[in-house]
Amino acid sequence: MEDIIKKENYETPAAEAPKKHKRKKVQDPLGDKIYYIITYIVLALLALIVIYPLWFVIIASFSSADAVLAGKVYLWPVDLDFTGYVKCFSRADIWIGYANTIWYTAAYTVISVAFTLAAAWALSRKTLPLRKFWMIFFTITMFFGGGLIPFYNVISDLGMLDTPWAIILPGTVSAWNLFMAKTFFQTGVPDTIVEAAELDGANRARLFVSIIVPISAPIIAVLTLYYAIGQWNSYFNAMIFLSDSKMYPLQLVLKEILTASESTVGGSGETMLEQFRLANQLKYVTVIISSLPVFLLYPFVQKYFAQGVLVGSLKD
Amino acid sequence: MESKLLQAETAEASGVGVSAEAAAEAQQSKKESFGTKFKNSYFARNFKRNWSYLLFLIPAVVVTFVFAYIPMYGLLIAFQDFTPGDSIWGGYWIGFDNFSAFLGNYAFWGLMWNTFLLCILGFIIGFPLPIIVALMLHTTRNKKIAKFLQTVFNGPHFISLVVLVGMLYLFFGRYGLVNNIIESAGGERYSFFLESGAFRPMYILSSNWQDFGWSSIIYLAALSGVEQSQHEAAQIDGASRFQRVLHVDLPAIMPIISVMLIMSIGGLMGVGYEKVLLMQTDGNIGVSEIIATYVYKQGLTAGGLGAGYATAVGLFNSIINLLLLIIANTASKKFSENSLF
Repeated sequence: MEDIIKKENYETPAAEAPKKHKRKKVQDPLGDKIYYIITYIVLALLALIVIYPLWFVIIASFSSADAVLAGKVYLWPVDLDFTGYVKCFSRADIWIGYANTIWYTAAYTVISVAFTLAAAWALSRKTLPLRKFWMIFFTITMFFGGGLIPFYNVISDLGMLDTPWAIILPGTVSAWNLFMAKTFFQTGVPDTIVEAAELDGANRARLFVSIIVPISAPIIAVLTLYYAIGQWNSYFNAMIFLSDSKMYPLQLVLKEILTASESTVGGSGETMLEQFRLANQLKYVTVIISSLPVFLLYPFVQKYFAQGVLVGSLKD
Repeated sequence: MESKLLQAETAEASGVGVSAEAAAEAQQSKKESFGTKFKNSYFARNFKRNWSYLLFLIPAVVVTFVFAYIPMYGLLIAFQDFTPGDSIWGGYWIGFDNFSAFLGNYAFWGLMWNTFLLCILGFIIGFPLPIIVALMLHTTRNKKIAKFLQTVFNGPHFISLVVLVGMLYLFFGRYGLVNNIIESAGGERYSFFLESGAFRPMYILSSNWQDFGWSSIIYLAALSGVEQSQHEAAQIDGASRFQRVLHVDLPAIMPIISVMLIMSIGGLMGVGYEKVLLMQTDGNIGVSEIIATYVYKQGLTAGGLGAGYATAVGLFNSIINLLLLIIANTASKKFSENSLF
């Protein structure tokens, strides 16, 4: 009984407190009210500016080409029309590009995450021989590089031109991601776990594979997403290193579709106007088709992405 | 080792009760070979225990060495009359000729100006915007709305450059959305991609559209560390919400702002070629040709002035960047105690 009464006594003030708080909040001074209103208006406008172009691409892809070109499409699809999608699905180059990108991205991501994780683990250990030297070794690459032409020459000298390796291997270890993962290991993995494992006689490889990797799921997620989206979205290396269009990644195929002069995109046998209309339609559709995987994943991954930025910003 | 010797010697010289022990020790350590010295060093002992960590480092070191350090060595061709296929050792050394050729090139000042202007204009809008957005999001009292807005603002960051520029072509094309609006408002259709006046605003605004949310994350993180008690104290003193933003929130993120400022200044001449190349047309080439795209064209496309020349131009640009970074860092260290390194 006494216990209950005590509890009740404890709970009442606690339950009342938030109410009081709320009541106080309602009576903002006029200046604050104005401030909040302005803030909300500005933020809402920004949200609109971000969302509307994306929304427009979606509705334009479902509208008839004429309606889009005539400027009748503003808020909702006009004259529902799927010709763009039909046209897109019938283009082999887009799907070859898709397949290429998937395999480049998968290979690149697996290699990158493995290399980065292993190196970050080593760098996070205070007993790593020559630790300072290795830190400087990686840090320099963040501020200085050989530039485009020497980089091209290296790829060329290694015989990687026109091979998938030119897309997959360079950039597998970014110093930025490396330091982010290192910070994670330093702050997120208790030393006691490492010491316990070493006392149990586990060797370092064993320790890494069966203890460290399983508890590093958050950083593996972040690294995977950073590397995968980076590779998915890149076009430049493919443009300078690959000459066979059968090996083009999706972004390079897209570049040719999206930035080509309008008359060259449509098929043969169509009038200029027809070609222009189809090309325009196709562009809206390809924007959507190519960004779809990233945007389907986006709501799930964005918290991880943000986490990565936060971990990376911690100084060690 | 040496210090022991020194100790023994000074002890002897001063003649104050020469410690026999120290002398004997010194005698002995003189006999120690270099090998033993090395074996007893911290490095050797640590290496023996922890060499296996180095194995974890190997793949990353190899990749970084091959794709980042060998190209740095390859910068030597900037001082050569290099033709593709030559080896770096066999090249014909011409000293700084490539650099003076660039400095004397009729395109030099145009390229410098275009690069600088694109960066500085982008910086003037792109630097404060994420800070303002972060401060505003932080004051939003409804956390759900704040989270939703953040999700929206971060979204465009994940759009590829090709798609982003493709969208620009669609929206600002002759028959695109923007021109439709202009026409229905009674204006004339305008070829945004063929007029040089439209390039910089399109480039800068689209970059900001894509990244303002993403860039604000780091400031939001710093803001979440602001202590509530500071706000309460300010409130009791009668500070309005806006005053608290200026005098509590803003000072709290000042260190991170200066770090970001140093980085931005370091990148002031370092605008990338990837997006500019996609946006270049014959109509806007006069303002859209920047150092990075010039390097690409001179070095890797037919009709360029050659790999050695292009490398020299690229090196010139990265040295300017490095100098800017060091100057900004030193200045910041001096005036605000915040620095990158």
